[in-house]
Amino acid sequence: MAPIISIRDLTKTYDGGFTALDGVSLDIEEGEILALLGPNGAGKTTLISCICALVSPSGGSVAVGGHDTLTDFRAARSLIGLVPQEVSIEPFETVENTVKFSRGLFGLPPDPAHIEKVLRALSLWDKRSNRNMELSGGMKRRVLIAKALSHEPRVLFLDEPTAGVDVALRKDMWDLVRSLRAEGVTIILTTHYIEEAEEMADRIGVIDSGKLLLVEQKSVLMQKMGQKELTLHLAAPLADLPAALADYDLTRSEDGQALTYRYDTRAQRTGITRLLADLAAAGIAFRDLETRQSSLEDVFLTLVDEGARSTTQEGAA
Amino acid sequence: MNWRSISSIYRFEMARTFRTLTQSILSPVLSTVLYFVVFGSAIGGRIETVEGIPYGAFIVPGLVMLTVLQQAVSNASFGIYFPKFIGTIYELLSAPLSFVEIVIGYVGAAATKALMISLIILATSTLFVDLSIAHPFYMLGFLILTCISFALLGFIIGIWAGNFEQLQLIPLLVITPLVFLGGAFYSVDMLPPFWAAVSHFNPVLYLISGFRWAFFEASDVPVGASLAAIMVFLTLCLGIIWAIFRTGWRIKP
Repeated sequence: MAPIISIRDLTKTYDGGFTALDGVSLDIEEGEILALLGPNGAGKTTLISCICALVSPSGGSVAVGGHDTLTDFRAARSLIGLVPQEVSIEPFETVENTVKFSRGLFGLPPDPAHIEKVLRALSLWDKRSNRNMELSGGMKRRVLIAKALSHEPRVLFLDEPTAGVDVALRKDMWDLVRSLRAEGVTIILTTHYIEEAEEMADRIGVIDSGKLLLVEQKSVLMQKMGQKELTLHLAAPLADLPAALADYDLTRSEDGQALTYRYDTRAQRTGITRLLADLAAAGIAFRDLETRQSSLEDVFLTLVDEGARSTTQEGAA
Repeated sequence: MNWRSISSIYRFEMARTFRTLTQSILSPVLSTVLYFVVFGSAIGGRIETVEGIPYGAFIVPGLVMLTVLQQAVSNASFGIYFPKFIGTIYELLSAPLSFVEIVIGYVGAAATKALMISLIILATSTLFVDLSIAHPFYMLGFLILTCISFALLGFIIGIWAGNFEQLQLIPLLVITPLVFLGGAFYSVDMLPPFWAAVSHFNPVLYLISGFRWAFFEASDVPVGASLAAIMVFLTLCLGIIWAIFRTGWRIKP
């Protein structure tokens, strides 16, 4: 199946000379939830802004549903709903009129039933006659989402949807995203909360310094980068590591009460059986053990770190 | 042409007008009434006629033009500056709209509002003076052209402005002086020859003169020159807007 969004060699250099996007290519499949993860200033918002025509790209191309965003912009844009990061909203207009305006702006005929459905799904129905300025910050953010959903997009961009949002709204937002996905809407969200990506996404793209470092199925990503740690809590403190155990990647805790063994879940042999046998042979007893799968956060930090290091090396060479 | 989108913008902007009815419509009407009281009654009592026209009636076209220019420019500039200021312009840019459609929506609403106010002022003026309009259709056509042209100018100012001071800059420093010096309250024939000649470099003179001709068939410059002036101005504004949108100047980084 052809991807719903196809990005080729997209670059953006701002007037000041800052390169926000440096040759990004990415295919987004219809119906998936893609999380773009990266630190502040990585280029996430610029990427979305280039796709949604808020920023003119310096080079490369983007097609949405097979329509080029520059030459066939009407067809491309009519598929897209955008929820921006900043809460930008007409203060004096009512919630309902604001949302209806968005639908009209996209050239669609009025559909009160759809507007009601969207407002109810976002718990805005009771507030529909309120002016936007009377709403709390979280409610305003809901209005932004309602505006984007008012014109029934096939692709929804959520730029940092849960930044500065309370727990209840974040949970609502996640539920909403899931139900939209069930309807077949493709969702691209940016975040720097790793738990959010881990919770919601099918695929994760990591972006830093304008480069897409990797895009991978979430499960594969976690497995691929998945280091595990086995921690052994010892029965008696250990002053030194016996020579017989020197070959293992072992770390002794400062008080000597615990040993940590790092291993790769991808490896054919993890070495755990042999390690435990060798420990027993060396007369080291333990009273407890635990294993820990590295989280996406560890994966992410490793990637960004490696990215930074390779950039530095390139610079040196 | 996506008329549904255009009408959405148009209605959204008109809703703003009616939401702020007092400041949108009442205040220009009030200030015009004050002009009538000061120029028409107090000073007009000492000036009997200008070019055979009672002074009170003579200033009506100038007053209408003064209001139309100010209103068309300020409405259109505010209309497009506000979304830029609060950030809601993202929605205009990401919608399946061409720039032409955005301009028609915003400029159309601003021109409509200016036209409404000018007609209200005309109606109000009949309470103060006897007014006959020699060429009503020409008058209306010229008025509409002026509303559209200056709404386009306002749109350009709104795109250009980086803050609220700049938004006010051109209406206050350029347009109002040009209207006052463009014969809104006098005929340039009353000036010394040198200043009468200088006045002919003021584009607003052509507008006021052409508009006044529609009422009294008396004008400072030939009617054809007035029509040419407004068409040149209209074309100029359209050209600038076309260039703005081609380059994304001040809208898209």
